[in-house]
Amino acid sequence: MTRRRSPWLYLAPALILLITFTYVPVGNMIWYSFHSWDGLKPAMEPVGLGNYVRVFTDEQYWRVFLISLYYFAASFAQIAIALYFAVILSFSTRFRNLFKGILFFPYLLNGVAVGFVFLYFFQPGGTLDTLLGGHTPLWLGDPDVANFSLAGTSVWRFTGLTFVLFLGAIQSIPGEIYEAAEIDGANRWHQVRHIIVPGIKRIISLSFILAISGSLSAFEIPFIMTGGANGTTTFVIQAYQTAFGFRKIGLASAMAVVLLLIVLLVTWIQRRLVPDEEVTLS
Amino acid sequence: MIDRRHFLGIGAAATLALVAGCTGGAGDDDTGAAGDFSGDVKGSITVLTNRTDLVDTTLAEYAKKFSAEHPGTTVQFQAVTNYEGDVTTQLSGGDYGDVLLIPNSVARPELGQFFEPLGTVDELAKKYRFTDEKAYEGQVYGLSLGGIAKGLVVNKKVWADAGITAPPKTPEEFLAGLQAIKQRTGAIPYYTNYKDGWPLSEFNNQRGILNQPDINDRFPEDASPWQPGKIQYLTDGLLYDIVHNGLSEKDPLTTNWESSKPMLATGKTAAMLLGSWAVPQMQAAAKTANVSPDDIALWPFPYQKDGKFHAQITGDYSAAVSKSSGNKATAKAFLDWFVNESGFAAGQQAIPTALSQPMPKVIQDFENAGVELLSLPAATTNSGKEDEIIKESEIDLAGNIYRQKLVDIARGAAKGDKDSYFADLNKRWGAARSKVMK
Repeated sequence: MTRRRSPWLYLAPALILLITFTYVPVGNMIWYSFHSWDGLKPAMEPVGLGNYVRVFTDEQYWRVFLISLYYFAASFAQIAIALYFAVILSFSTRFRNLFKGILFFPYLLNGVAVGFVFLYFFQPGGTLDTLLGGHTPLWLGDPDVANFSLAGTSVWRFTGLTFVLFLGAIQSIPGEIYEAAEIDGANRWHQVRHIIVPGIKRIISLSFILAISGSLSAFEIPFIMTGGANGTTTFVIQAYQTAFGFRKIGLASAMAVVLLLIVLLVTWIQRRLVPDEEVTLS
Repeated sequence: MIDRRHFLGIGAAATLALVAGCTGGAGDDDTGAAGDFSGDVKGSITVLTNRTDLVDTTLAEYAKKFSAEHPGTTVQFQAVTNYEGDVTTQLSGGDYGDVLLIPNSVARPELGQFFEPLGTVDELAKKYRFTDEKAYEGQVYGLSLGGIAKGLVVNKKVWADAGITAPPKTPEEFLAGLQAIKQRTGAIPYYTNYKDGWPLSEFNNQRGILNQPDINDRFPEDASPWQPGKIQYLTDGLLYDIVHNGLSEKDPLTTNWESSKPMLATGKTAAMLLGSWAVPQMQAAAKTANVSPDDIALWPFPYQKDGKFHAQITGDYSAAVSKSSGNKATAKAFLDWFVNESGFAAGQQAIPTALSQPMPKVIQDFENAGVELLSLPAATTNSGKEDEIIKESEIDLAGNIYRQKLVDIARGAAKGDKDSYFADLNKRWGAARSKVMK
């Protein structure tokens, strides 16, 4: 064993897993996307760029991107709520560990369970109607409201994750900086504005990337709660139906590739706008 | 055409074997000659089933019984929760048990690729019902485990409370009946089960009502099945009218199949379009709720042709012997035993596959009400065309996506009306049809 080979030996398990379960499937997917295939036939028919043309020209396919806007808008609320609580709970607050637990808890729940809980929550005469009383819309039955209900559920579920990311980042800011600021006469707002937000800029920008890719690939919650009915079909539900309902694996793969490219593009733009510079608070 | 197994150029050498293993399963070499079941009936076999509810009870007993009758054999049942999806994936992987239910995703021409032929249609049709359901080019690949009749599952008591004691004969009469139920009782007249989706697809299973035996063959020839008088107009139109007239549940998005059973059993709702298979489930729900199971009955779809009701009967999942099985003799023996001797169909109140066995009570009552049962042969000259048009047009005739849209339009939650939506469906179907039929 030469010294040159041994690092590769240690890397091998990780590389093999990564190649087998990430790069090969992605390669397969890209290959499928240029073909017409039903998932079972031994032969595939090459169709060139046909699948991609269809994704961008057929209204049925590109329209579903608009549904992502609901989730994207909701993710701003999610980041704001998470940041608010992360800041408050990073100062010494009564029962702060309890509140941290409560905020993080929804993220630990299984997505299917969340879907079912909210299904009952949104039922006519269900929990939400009982709370509000009076005239309430059909939370899932009214097409103008349904996407807000679903996006709201999504916020409830994922705020905990964003919150923990922010909290961890805030706690890595050295305590002396706050002390120095206090001596200089900075109040809590000044500390948030000039210490915390700049200090966790990278995490905030990461949250935006996650929010964009998350809102484009929203699947679990709408799929369980409405199955994409009533105008709540997201891009991934559409791809799922195309692949497993109509067995157009090629077209569905093209949709998945398009989604991948969009997420990469958005990330690239975002990195150009907010360069990844080292944060220095001193 | 490109063989997808040629896709081996990408990826490191170490992963090549893995790629081949993952993508090269389907349609690999045959093991043994087709339809050869010679050999001793012994050893163990694995049987895939969708009945997760029965696997540890009823089915385990059948396995024991079979082993008792055929010493030296063991039968392992393997329940698959998401049967269609999971088994389709297993098929392309090459490992899918010895006896299994043929997933509906397998198109007829592909049957021979995964399953052993059991005999010719002509020969087996003398002994069994539903032989042509999983047949291709005269060869039968699967035997149904029991059949069902299509129709409305109703709570007779609620209908009687509204003054209706006999099955309505026309869609108008049916709608008037639902209206009477709405006014005179507190029940939801019709329950769509929109959220679970699949109950909506029962509207696709009513082709028997026209008493036209070659309808499946003729169907792909029609460029506009949603024209007045045609089958889709009749069935989907009835669904539209039910919802449009406010005769279904208030919020379709929060329906729940499991809770719809006690609702029908206790008379909170009066009718659902399902089939004879649902009757025992509703009766069980009635027993649990301490109400009379005798109120649950099967009524025909409200349409008469030449003064008579007609209802389609179809086989449930067909069981087949896996082409990759290493113990085909035992697998075939078990399949024959299960269909002929196990008593499974009778236990499920299903129409027995063997012609010699008697009909269950729910079907006898149905026939006594003047309904003619009709088994519709699958398309022959236009075999597979309908599926191709479905794929091309993305109108999931056998599914629920376009019918959910229909319900949305009918209840005013989406743009359009009956005429505009049916015109759109006709247009899309017609365009796809002209591509497929050439």
